[in-house]
Amino acid sequence: MADYLNTAVFGIYPYIALVVLAVGSIIRYDREPYTWRSGSSQLLRRRQLVVGSVLFHVGILIVFFGHLVGLLTPIQVFDAFGIGHGFKQGMAIVVGGVAGIICLIGATMLLHRRLADPRIRATSTFGDTAILMLLYAQLVLGLATIPVSLGHMDGEEMVKFMSWAQGIFTLDLSAAGYVRDVSPVFKAHLFLGLTIFLVFPFTRLVHMLSAPVRYLWRPGYQVVRSKRAPFAQAK
Amino acid sequence: MKIRAQIGMVLNLDKCIGCHTCSVTCKNVWTNREGMEYAWFNNVETKPGIGYPKEWENQKKWNGGWVRNKNGKLQPKMGSKWRVLAKIFANPDLPEIDDYYEPFTFDYEHLQSAPDAKASPTARPRSLITGERMEKIEWGPNWEEILGGEFSKRSKDVNFEGVEKEIYGQFENTFMMYLPRLCEHCLNPTCVAACPSGAIYKREDDGIVLIDQEKCRGWRMCVSGCPYKKIYYNWSSGKSEKCIFCYPRIEAGQPTVCSETCVGRIRYLGVLLYDADRISEAASATDEQDLYEAQLSIFLDPDDPAVIEQARKDGVPEAWLEAARNSPVYRMAMDWKVAFPLHPEYRTLPMVWYVPPLSPIQSAAEAGKIGVDGAMPDVRSLRIPLRYLANLLTAGKEEPVALALERMLAMRAYMRAKTIDGVIDAKVAAQVGLEPAQIEAMYHVMAIANYEDRFVIPTSHREVSEDAYDVRGSCGFSFGNGCSGGSSAGNLFAGSKRKTVTTPTEVF
Repeated sequence: MADYLNTAVFGIYPYIALVVLAVGSIIRYDREPYTWRSGSSQLLRRRQLVVGSVLFHVGILIVFFGHLVGLLTPIQVFDAFGIGHGFKQGMAIVVGGVAGIICLIGATMLLHRRLADPRIRATSTFGDTAILMLLYAQLVLGLATIPVSLGHMDGEEMVKFMSWAQGIFTLDLSAAGYVRDVSPVFKAHLFLGLTIFLVFPFTRLVHMLSAPVRYLWRPGYQVVRSKRAPFAQAK
Repeated sequence: MKIRAQIGMVLNLDKCIGCHTCSVTCKNVWTNREGMEYAWFNNVETKPGIGYPKEWENQKKWNGGWVRNKNGKLQPKMGSKWRVLAKIFANPDLPEIDDYYEPFTFDYEHLQSAPDAKASPTARPRSLITGERMEKIEWGPNWEEILGGEFSKRSKDVNFEGVEKEIYGQFENTFMMYLPRLCEHCLNPTCVAACPSGAIYKREDDGIVLIDQEKCRGWRMCVSGCPYKKIYYNWSSGKSEKCIFCYPRIEAGQPTVCSETCVGRIRYLGVLLYDADRISEAASATDEQDLYEAQLSIFLDPDDPAVIEQARKDGVPEAWLEAARNSPVYRMAMDWKVAFPLHPEYRTLPMVWYVPPLSPIQSAAEAGKIGVDGAMPDVRSLRIPLRYLANLLTAGKEEPVALALERMLAMRAYMRAKTIDGVIDAKVAAQVGLEPAQIEAMYHVMAIANYEDRFVIPTSHREVSEDAYDVRGSCGFSFGNGCSGGSSAGNLFAGSKRKTVTTPTEVF
């Protein structure tokens, strides 16, 4: 891959994607709150969703947080704990592989349901189907990197990705150089991942930002709003 | 003591003729749009029957409402907060749209465009979800209309608890009633409790329960939480919606659309004062059969000076106190004890109450099937309808329902004696523990049912909750953002943000 192309895709594109992700989400949250939703289709068809959705979500949550922690934790932290690079890579392959397969099974059920079920097909927007296909392709690419990884278990390849990801967040302008020589499968996986970040604010994926964990410590059960209070307080 | 006011509703089932005018007018105003075709904020069911959605009263199946733990605390039947969140990816307690019905239209155009043929053309149904042909319509919001369908299916009705079905079968031809249903605007709503986003709330000033459409994320736990299945998931917008008690009309002092258009004049709207500090105490009564009386015990007497004083302290406007003193709902629920909550055993403390129908008793008496005590048929000898009504309205406690039916029969006997025979029959009034004056008041409100006696609705005091100057030129009713341009306090693109309506009524 030519250097300028490599810089464009892995040096500049990440910033475009991240800025669109952040600013786009803020604007949507601020100006289009009515569109901010999970977009569940369980009401229309229960079949395939109950198993498919649970497998998909559990799998993808493990994969997502695995990537987050694995890529963005400084290498020194692993070194300080005495976790070898090879061992970390092995962990990533096992945990990511198992979760990825769980997720893939779920995603297959959901994609089949979305395309084959007349009700779901008729009520899907272009965005609903497209984002599911993107995630599906990304999952397949991610699993396809495992055979490549198995070819070099010393963890050095993985360190390149950590350096790259951390370079992006620390504004290291030479970050793209870390991933110049990795296998095309990885490059495709990275590119598609960044693209998912890019389209994130325009899809139903925004619902993950509203994961309602606060529910667990919301005091009591009831919510009462007073009409008299806000204006009186403003005075 | 913390006094709050709520606009409650009473439906006099004795006068409901099952015409569905309430349902249709409500539908035309609120839910006639994509994603909500299947939803009826108000629907009328024929009882006995399993209703809409199918078997909504069977909480073993749907896990709606509350349960009382061993330690006396309440939690949603669908589980603690952890359990609720665990269902977020796929909710096992969520009905499928077929449990309501697949919405449909008819190919009306075919009637005009059909070629010349020997048989007249028909308009066949077409799904409003897929747009495809539907060969058969399987269910609807009034599928069991006038006891339609097989008895074996209808008899799954859980209100038959404690009634032998074979015996009921003999009553099939005499025992039928209509049950118009809408959101109960409960004092202790499970939908609010189950909403992970905190988007559903109860309005402090009038008790209406609403869903903040901008805050709802479509986790759909409220649908399962509500034991009455009166929250509907809009599959098009991905948000839940529910009966809004026509709050724009209520705020203006007008009755809800369903009440306004009721041709049988069965609906009553009025203010109830209650003690908000005792809600959880009332909802967690140990014995289910005590829940009806527990709810009565938190309603406050609007003529009591101590109550009036405290209500003023808690910010209840003077017009609301005045309306509470003239409330037809208070009279029927508290003074005459002829109105009852629907399924108090769900522990939600519902605020839409029902006067039980006399029809099974009256028709049995006319057919000479039950004994007559003086001028009055002997209600208590008609065990099965009584048991059924008690299961519906008082968690199975028959005594209050029997007394209410007797009072309504006494009202008829008293007024017949008065208007036909020209005598005041104080004995029949005393028989049911009422004074003649009370019977005449009952007659005035329940039988004559003038508009101003049915609807005693104070206007809400918007002038204290918002600055009219800020509201000028703002959007009226709209979906989503309307023209508010966002919900945050600041403006993203510099400059001060134009202030728009900031009241909780900014839903939709």
